Amino acid sequence: MKGDPLLEVTDLVKHFPVKSGVLVDREVARVRAVDGVSFTLHEGETLGLVGESGCGKSTLCRAILQLVTPTSGSVRFGGQELVGRSRRDMRPLRREMQMVFQDPFASLNPRKRVGQIVGDPLELHGLASGAELRRRVQDLLDRVGLQAEHYNRYPHEFSGGQRQRIGIARALALRPKLIIADEPVSALDVSVQAQIVNLLEELQDEFGLSYLFVAHDLGVVRHVSDRVAVMYLGKIVEHSHAGGLYGHPLHPYSNALLSAVPIPDPRKNMARERITLEGDVPSPIDPPPACRFHTRCAFATDVCRTEEPPLAELEPGHFAACHHPRL
Amino acid sequence: MSPLLTVTDLRVSFATDDGVVHAVDGVSFEVAPGEVVAIVGESGSGKSVTAQTLIGLTRAPNARISGSVNFDGAELTELSDADLRSIRGEHIAMVFQDPMTSLNPVYRVGDQIAEAIRAHRTVSKSEALSRAVELLRSVGIPNPERRVRDYPHEFSGGMRQRVMIAMALALEPEVLIADEPTTALDVTIQAQILRLLEGLNRDRNLSVVLITHDLGIVAELADRVVVMYAGHIVEDAPLDELFYNPQHPYTWGLLGSIARLDEPRPDRLTQIGGSPPSLLNPPTGCRFAPRCKYAFDKCTQPPTLEPRTGNPAHFDRCWLTPAEKTELR
Repeated sequence: MKGDPLLEVTDLVKHFPVKSGVLVDREVARVRAVDGVSFTLHEGETLGLVGESGCGKSTLCRAILQLVTPTSGSVRFGGQELVGRSRRDMRPLRREMQMVFQDPFASLNPRKRVGQIVGDPLELHGLASGAELRRRVQDLLDRVGLQAEHYNRYPHEFSGGQRQRIGIARALALRPKLIIADEPVSALDVSVQAQIVNLLEELQDEFGLSYLFVAHDLGVVRHVSDRVAVMYLGKIVEHSHAGGLYGHPLHPYSNALLSAVPIPDPRKNMARERITLEGDVPSPIDPPPACRFHTRCAFATDVCRTEEPPLAELEPGHFAACHHPRL
Repeated sequence: MSPLLTVTDLRVSFATDDGVVHAVDGVSFEVAPGEVVAIVGESGSGKSVTAQTLIGLTRAPNARISGSVNFDGAELTELSDADLRSIRGEHIAMVFQDPMTSLNPVYRVGDQIAEAIRAHRTVSKSEALSRAVELLRSVGIPNPERRVRDYPHEFSGGMRQRVMIAMALALEPEVLIADEPTTALDVTIQAQILRLLEGLNRDRNLSVVLITHDLGIVAELADRVVVMYAGHIVEDAPLDELFYNPQHPYTWGLLGSIARLDEPRPDRLTQIGGSPPSLLNPPTGCRFAPRCKYAFDKCTQPPTLEPRTGNPAHFDRCWLTPAEKTELR
């Protein structure tokens, strides 16, 4: 635990209705994208969120920032409740929480110059204008490893890694406390990934940022995170300090996930015992009852099909939602 | 064992509005029967263009291709498009990164596989379809009798990639070119596909040219590794040599920049500064020199790709001596 709690998420739920009908839309099903997620993020801390596609990690990010309206639950930021706020009431708080997106090609407006992309947040929030705005934008560009003369260029003139730096400069412009980074390096080449990961870490120390760092690359998540949460089908199944999860995963799903990551060392790879999960992730429209992982779990018994396991603290600071944890 | 596929001094360039892009610039390597050769590199290194050129997929009015691709005695670069089509699929097949865009969304997958078979073999439609069922079964798709009648969108990403592999195997090729076959997939699904490729290589003695950016996948599957940078091969070595005795500073950079799960967490990841050069106007001399920490005077001259370690199967393109490399690395 680093500082005071900055972000407290309690029982957050986001369901998307599936509608059908000719004249009148009827709700025929619900996609249970996020289905009761709770966690706390402290100041200056990085919480890594891992999971496979469709597990709800991106929806969770958007629901936290109220970019999609949560179905139920609570998100408290610096003690203030965000759920149920009007757009106008959200606006002053938006300054403190920013997002870095996955695709540096889609998340920058191609018609705007870099100076404008990074400067717009400052202008919209009335924090700077004119020569002062330009100076601050150039400082930001410099801080993220770009040059001041990039101010007048367009996004298409930059490589993926440089574009991601522009996205980071834009997120930093308002001096936020929280940055939610949704797969910030997965579109980049490995050598460039390392540059961006190192930059994010430097900025965290310099500005005291808290990160919610979402990624599917377990290696990158271990590298940046103080604590890690593993999501499966809209729920957190395991949650611990990074050493706990990576050293000794308790949930069979985390175990399988870690075991599936290929290790860049041929001899260690040969020696390693591998768990290969059968089948695909079930649909979040109709998730399996009770423990959602039981359909793919090698250790599942009757209780897993009838009773949902609670997220319980099985070791100090190490939580898992499983009837048969790998203790 | 004599090689099945021999690529010699392959050069591919494309005329664009901005000038001529030299995407592949003098690439040579061999693939033996049953061997898995991985071609590793970052975006723009020329690895995919190399792979596609092997089976003539880069032929275009604005492309210039020179050098030789010899498959079992046949010179593929000189074949007509029609003759090349009879090699493609029949002897050398390809699997692409994105299984959604490589399947036709409006045809049932069984029909697509059957069509591939009937394009090369004179068999009835129903025979081709029952062959499709067998193929889907062999790549681990449950209920293949029912699934042949499904459309691509009814399959998950991993299952779609299995369909692609089944289609590639339909004519029992000797070589499979797999271009980033698992990049679009989740890790648990990736593990399933890697197991499948491993089994095909082992059980059918299938040669695989594996294009990837992930050295973890290389470590699992490859027998030999070719590292590409800016259109050049910078290192070519047997698997263990590449991982335990890497010779090129770019390879060191690649290995170092991975956030590894099998080692204690470092304070900072090793990063390679800068970004790869433009292939419109690549650096004269060593192409990696502008990003290389260890560059010295001699690096203004282009280094040759040759064995420098004493191991005749280990090639690299760096002017440093092996002793200097061991010390610097």
